[in-house]
Amino acid sequence: MRYLYYPGCSLKGTGRAYEESILAVFKKLEIPMDEIEDWNCCGATAYMAVDEQKAYAVASRNLALAERQMDSEEIHVIAPCAACYLVLLKAQHYLESKDGQGKEIRHALKVGGLKYQGKVKIRHPLDVLVNDYGVDKIKEKVERPLEGVRVASYYGCQIVRPYAEFDNQYNPISMDRVMTALGAEAVEWPLKTRCCGGTLTGVVPEVGQRLSYILLREAKSRGADAIVTACPLCQFNLECYQDEMNKRFMHPVDIPPVYFTQMMGVALGLGERELGLQRQFVPLEPALAAK
Amino acid sequence: MSGQNGNGKTNGSAPRVGVYVCHCGINIAGKVDCESVAEFARNLPDVVVARDYKFMCSDPGQELIQDDIREHKLNRVVVASCSPLMHENTFRKACADAGLNPFYFQMANIREHVSWVTKEKDEADKKAKALVAAAVHRVRFHSALEKKRVDVHPDVVVVGGGISGIHAALTMANAGKHVYLIEREPTIGGHMAKFDKTFPTLDCSACILTPKMSDVKNHPNITLWSYSEVVNVDGFAGNFKVQVKRKPRYVIEENCIGCLQCVEECVFKNARFDDEFNENLGKRKPIYMPFPQATPPVVLIDPTQCLRFTKGKCASKCAEACEKNAIDFDQKEKIEEVECGAIILSTGFKTFDAERIPQYGYKKYANVYTSLELERLVNAAGPTSGEIKLRNGSTPQSVGIVHCVGSRDQKTNAYCSRVCCMYSLKLAHLVKERTGAEVYNFYIDMRTPGKGYEEFYDRLLEEGNHFIRGRVAEVTDWAMSPEEQGKLVIRVEDTLIGVPRRIPVDMVVLSVGLEAHDDADDVRRMFGISCSKQGWFTERHPKLAPVSTATDGVFLAGACQGPKDIPDCVAQAGAAAAEALALVDKGFVELEPNTASINADLCCGCRTCVSMCPYSAIKVDETQDGEKSIINEALCKGCGTCVAACPSGAISQNLFTDEQIFEEIEGVLSYV
Amino acid sequence: MSNGEKTPTGFEPRIVAFFCNWCTYTASDLTGISRLIYAPNVRVIRVMCSGRIDPQFILAALREGADGVLIGGCHPGDCHYQEGNYKALRRFKLLKRFLNRMGVEDERIRLEWIAASEGDKVQKVVNEMTEQVRKLGPLHLAPIATPEAFEHEDKQELVAAGAEGESS
Repeated sequence: MRYLYYPGCSLKGTGRAYEESILAVFKKLEIPMDEIEDWNCCGATAYMAVDEQKAYAVASRNLALAERQMDSEEIHVIAPCAACYLVLLKAQHYLESKDGQGKEIRHALKVGGLKYQGKVKIRHPLDVLVNDYGVDKIKEKVERPLEGVRVASYYGCQIVRPYAEFDNQYNPISMDRVMTALGAEAVEWPLKTRCCGGTLTGVVPEVGQRLSYILLREAKSRGADAIVTACPLCQFNLECYQDEMNKRFMHPVDIPPVYFTQMMGVALGLGERELGLQRQFVPLEPALAAK
Repeated sequence: MSGQNGNGKTNGSAPRVGVYVCHCGINIAGKVDCESVAEFARNLPDVVVARDYKFMCSDPGQELIQDDIREHKLNRVVVASCSPLMHENTFRKACADAGLNPFYFQMANIREHVSWVTKEKDEADKKAKALVAAAVHRVRFHSALEKKRVDVHPDVVVVGGGISGIHAALTMANAGKHVYLIEREPTIGGHMAKFDKTFPTLDCSACILTPKMSDVKNHPNITLWSYSEVVNVDGFAGNFKVQVKRKPRYVIEENCIGCLQCVEECVFKNARFDDEFNENLGKRKPIYMPFPQATPPVVLIDPTQCLRFTKGKCASKCAEACEKNAIDFDQKEKIEEVECGAIILSTGFKTFDAERIPQYGYKKYANVYTSLELERLVNAAGPTSGEIKLRNGSTPQSVGIVHCVGSRDQKTNAYCSRVCCMYSLKLAHLVKERTGAEVYNFYIDMRTPGKGYEEFYDRLLEEGNHFIRGRVAEVTDWAMSPEEQGKLVIRVEDTLIGVPRRIPVDMVVLSVGLEAHDDADDVRRMFGISCSKQGWFTERHPKLAPVSTATDGVFLAGACQGPKDIPDCVAQAGAAAAEALALVDKGFVELEPNTASINADLCCGCRTCVSMCPYSAIKVDETQDGEKSIINEALCKGCGTCVAACPSGAISQNLFTDEQIFEEIEGVLSYV
Repeated sequence: MSNGEKTPTGFEPRIVAFFCNWCTYTASDLTGISRLIYAPNVRVIRVMCSGRIDPQFILAALREGADGVLIGGCHPGDCHYQEGNYKALRRFKLLKRFLNRMGVEDERIRLEWIAASEGDKVQKVVNEMTEQVRKLGPLHLAPIATPEAFEHEDKQELVAAGAEGESS
């Protein structure tokens, strides 16, 4: 099956390593994927907070574009950023709700020469890798098994809430399954979906950083060598403020968070630059080398 | 049409209809202009008198009808009031008392079907008038009928041997009725047998239950079939046939004296299988007695564990040890059939499966228990002999009791389970008394309506238990401070002070709610009753017939009807026993004369009806010319399916003749 | 939508309902006891079992001026008389085909399984059906069709099915 790819702004900016590693891993696994042409903002955060209707309209344009680009009864659009994933899903629910809320959005699309027919299925790459491709096949492709590496999978809030499309809302396990397939040991911990601080880290750093710190500290205390993430904002919060946290809180933390696709790439034998690992503030390799 | 059906005539004279529109206080009159409905009725065909009155079901209301029957020589009566399922018999009797055949009566339902469900007054008036017109049209074609009497079987079957079933069975047995008490588990006693103390008096559960259990066993009027299930029910009120599957316990019940020598000698020297009675907190052998006071005091063998069954061979030390030769590995499942006049269902409940709320960590963290598990831990006869210990053997210093697990929650059960607040208080008290631990109760609201219940809550407050108002968000082992290390942390918003809190404890107890059994739907179908969406059996009327069901002769007792505590179960069991006694003691039931009959002159002998009848009540009489069908009235239950199928219009159903229904259709559409 | 609200269009359909005594009639009593308001357009006639409902009753109702007919019985497997509801279902299906030919729209007759505890379902079904029939407008029965007309129609169907050659 051929997929469409919706990058969103983060994957072209702060989350470049996410995009680089996804493209590299998908290429390695021979999963075909085309970027949606002329895609625009998903409508998250600012739009959603100010005017939901506009946010839905913005998001829906991407769905309509996907339908224009691919002629198929079911179009699978991969949205790696957790915020994009959630907003696109939300917009779809809004459009398809029975009480006809989507009328004005459809009108807006029409004015723009577009049409949404409900053929799109929004997918997270984790969902595609686990449920379409399959962990057994991933296992077969592993070239550098992550023997002895203890990995804490961190899912964040958005990919399983409120829509638990492909995993358990309270105790998601799909990322853990991928890590196990790579030969790593999945660390069992209860904070898989606890808040990373989100946008608070930018505006009220003392609160936001505390929330990120809780995650890093708990992963560390459970013996994790690394944390894997599936969201650019989670990754940013966990990765980029470790220096500041170490000044602010008593017990220093030092644990590399990486995108789960980067970790996959390492195990699949891909190079550091292919996976954007050279961009890391907290390097991954020392944690792996120790094993 | 059969000969007895009317053609709008009674005793040769024209119909004279009286119509009575009931206000039902303001229940009807608040929405329907009863006076104008009566006025409208006066102009309907054959109506001689039409009145409206405040309460038709009251004595003066009924007298109004009776006076008119005499004075105006009425031979038909229509009452427009509530549902016929409510008061049809009341008014039929009123007619009969005034000398009119009770089946010359028809009811129009203008309360449940009009005033209670209609928004606009003028719409309600219109609908009420249409229904009254339908009743008047129809009643003109009614005919005189007789109720049929059938003898009632004097025995009673009670299904489920928890405290409700036990109490109901004893009550009826003491009244001299023979009772079959059927219990699915190997022993009677139900949930109550698992409890240590009962709230709010803290009297010992076993001390009050065990004597009743042995009364059941010793009562000459009670046949106790444990380890048995009802598999089929046939018949109607007064004469049920109940088929019971008696599961093999591989022990001859009559021979076993409960000495437990067999258990002692079992080739498994150590108990190693999960003990269901102890909520899997203890172990038992493949041959076992559920608990010391089990009734009947008879052992049983679990064939999924006994080597004789799993491996096909075993030294069979148990059989050797038994002096009474009670062990019988070849025992087979048996189906027995009993006849009875009434059935009481007291099948109880199951507790909520706490794993359905993963964030509370049940089965994930070793020291998260359900309330029923804690009941076994505090029970002197339980796996720890009454000592409250964690799985590692240590005594908890702090215990958190989480209320409303699986209750008052839109994601699981919206209803309140009624008993959890009180049993949580009881458990809190027992934990504090026995361990001195700090006990935290996490509650949404404290619900203590009952005699001595609120006082018990006061007592707990004085004992120094902590009460935190808020629904628990999560139970986790993630520590944020050294004090939390190695503990279970309960995260909750304390809504009285408005802050989120983290309470570290050694033991978490989930106060699980009550749910209907998984097979409640199969059971209620078998007994021909209905259940609510949550699976609780539905009573005939929530206020006035709380232990009756939609099926005559089937009564409800205890928590199968909805969550209940022990006093309520016992009270309801007594009520159900009284209702069942009232039925079987009377000795006969009167059946609605709504049976079908065939007019031989019209029957063409096509046999279409024969295959329609679910009761095989229709036979072809081959002695008649052209082989006509005939209906055995004793077997006919009055569904009318054959009537609708007859291509010749030869079959007619009393009370529901084609003519009556056509008139009703015409009436309901002709005026408004 | 139609919880007893009148529409400005003025057309208020009249719907005759045949409810079985044990499930649906009891359910409709429960609707009342629960004070669930619904469209006043449905008038209920009680029968002991949905199996008693002679197709002629439905035809009579439509002939006497009903714009729709609603049938309520026990859920499959729940019939108080074991299987009367299955008989009702069979007749209903056949009758629907027949009514179709008479030009009566499908939405005008409806069969619903409503258990005694489903008072809310009565409300929902009645409101839905009232709304549907209101949209269809008053029932105007076509002039009684002649046998020839049927024959013609049959032929057309056969042609459509490509079977003409074999049959004629």
